Amino acid sequence: MSNAATLKSSSITPEKLKSMLYDMMVIRNFEETLKKLYQQGKIHGTMHLCIGQEATAVGACVPLTKEDKITSTHRGHGHSIAKGTDVMKMMAELLGKETGTCKGKGGSMHIADLDVGNLGANGIVCAGLPLGTGAALTSKMKNLGYVVLCFFGDGATNEGAFHESLNLASVWKLPVIFFCENNLYGMSGSIKEMTNIENIAERGAAYGIPSETISGNDILTVVEAVERAVERARNGEGPTLIEAHTYRWEGHSRSDARKYRTREEEKDWKKHRDPIALFKQKLIEENILTEEEYGEMEKKVQTLMDNAVEFAVNSKAPDLDTLMTDIYA
Amino acid sequence: MREITYSEAIREAMSQEMRNNQDVFIMGEDIGVYGGAFGLTNGMIEEFGPERVRITPISEAAISGCAVGAAMTGMRPILEIQFSDFIMIAMDNIVNQAAKNRYMFGGKAKVPVVVRLPGGSGAGFAAQHSQSLEAWMTHVPGLKVVQPSNAYDAKGLMKAAIKDDNPVLFYEHKMLYPVKGEVPEEEYEIPLGKADIKKSGTDISIVATGIMVNRAMEAAAELENEGINVEVIDPRTLVPLDTETILESVKKTSRVLVVYEAVKRGGYGAEIASMIAESDAFDYLDAPIRRLGGVAAPIPYNPELEKAAVPQVNDIIKECRKLMNK
Ligand SMILES: Cc1ncc(C[n+]2csc(CCOP(=O)(O)OP(=O)(O)O)c2C)c(N)n1
Ligand SMILES: [Mg+2]
Repeated sequence: MSNAATLKSSSITPEKLKSMLYDMMVIRNFEETLKKLYQQGKIHGTMHLCIGQEATAVGACVPLTKEDKITSTHRGHGHSIAKGTDVMKMMAELLGKETGTCKGKGGSMHIADLDVGNLGANGIVCAGLPLGTGAALTSKMKNLGYVVLCFFGDGATNEGAFHESLNLASVWKLPVIFFCENNLYGMSGSIKEMTNIENIAERGAAYGIPSETISGNDILTVVEAVERAVERARNGEGPTLIEAHTYRWEGHSRSDARKYRTREEEKDWKKHRDPIALFKQKLIEENILTEEEYGEMEKKVQTLMDNAVEFAVNSKAPDLDTLMTDIYA
Repeated sequence: MREITYSEAIREAMSQEMRNNQDVFIMGEDIGVYGGAFGLTNGMIEEFGPERVRITPISEAAISGCAVGAAMTGMRPILEIQFSDFIMIAMDNIVNQAAKNRYMFGGKAKVPVVVRLPGGSGAGFAAQHSQSLEAWMTHVPGLKVVQPSNAYDAKGLMKAAIKDDNPVLFYEHKMLYPVKGEVPEEEYEIPLGKADIKKSGTDISIVATGIMVNRAMEAAAELENEGINVEVIDPRTLVPLDTETILESVKKTSRVLVVYEAVKRGGYGAEIASMIAESDAFDYLDAPIRRLGGVAAPIPYNPELEKAAVPQVNDIIKECRKLMNK
């Protein structure tokens, strides 16, 4: 596993580094805020939080331009924020309001924002891979130059669609990056028990796709791996498979007693591999960030989130007539 | 009598059959200590062990085909599809394999598999986790389709489904899981193809399926106060369909309302309505057959829109008043 990325080897400007940290903080605060709203009964249904996985979401989107596209998953809030979807609109969507990203019709599992290249979260495990492959086909056929990054979990790699998409993208040399957030579990199934291979990245070999396993909680490692993959894709060399190790701190959804894993394991990841704490420490050690600045950033994030909640709460619910709109183009 | 929930009733049926017959086993995603997405299999892996409560990878295509293959060769699998919507990925194995093998092979195979399918809306899970697509399955010869509306029926129908030598698609409603009802501990079966009159009445026959049976019962109680006496019939199984019970009721009341949660267009209620229209009960009708079903839209996330997408108690009441010209 390569995770030797250092700031010195990085060509990213200090401002950009700080904005990466800021985006991770926004994601975490967004998720914590949702947790509270859910407990207060303001959010209906279910949702899948990505606390602990902020470095994969933000890091994977750093090398992407606005024209590049992503496909996301049921655990997609972080991906959407990282790709530039408006947090206010996302909050309104979670509260089912007409000002939401999907006019209150989609909810947590369907947040999409085509204007910033976010082709959507997805309620169907692995559904984003064939769709992303298709979006990459458009780029190739129309010579548009954009690349597509598909986020998916470890569990998704046991779906047929994973294997079929990798093969198709490989034989057609499509500009797509298959980015696996291996958080060690599906809903409850440990990936160690659900596959008989050491690393998910090994699966790329079966389709002739260059692959690597990286630490997903070290954001610079993520950025560098995706940069390499994006370069291959833009050069017409086809897809790459990246497996990034990470961990979801929360249960799978809002109803999960987490009987399939130990509290010790959770504590270990939270204490020693918190992606935000690790990156913050690195920036402070390298004199890019001060504690004071960090405090300011925290305040800024909180203000953003307070505004988002206020906006969402005060927004109107969709009109009942909208039930029958937007079914056909 | 003892009261247990709809989910406990289904679990009890599965557990009893697993104790009775070593060939019966269950497979599905997260059905071990997690208990499945809805806790249906809570405690089962502790009793039966991982050989007979088989946790699968997230591989609907493989696990559905695997269940069909095991069924063809002597096992009696119960396959849990986590949400009925995910059957899309398993469709080839259900429609092209399970449903047809016996016929194509000249009667030489049987496929005793039960596919459990949590369906329906109301939980805020939006468009890909809330559908009612049972009518698709009823269209395919070779499949049986069951849709219990309460705990007692769920247990008896599940036991019959497991004992049946054909592929049975067992539609459970996720909003019914916590609903309690009287269920005896002893073993009993409800034969597939036997409707149940949940309430007898004289003015209107409401033929309702799944959770709509419960809403029709609520509507019936309300209508009683207005002097409208409805009969509520629950077919319980869509295939085979107990046409006799439905037609007898129609002849008695002369008015019919068919209520189902699925999109009205092309839903199973259309089949029930046509069956009545084609029968000799048609001559007894005093009013056109009416149907209430879901709107032709995906299930939306916003809770008010979600409610508006499928029939509610009030819609049933209004429709009955119209049928009685009130
Ligand atoms: C086709 C399909 N099967 C099953 C599910 C139910 N489900 C939702 S998320 C999930 C686990 C996914 O695990 P993974 O891909 O590792 O993503 P993670 O939740 O860990 O982010 C399951 C089984 C689903 N939504 N779609
Ligand atoms: Mg996972």
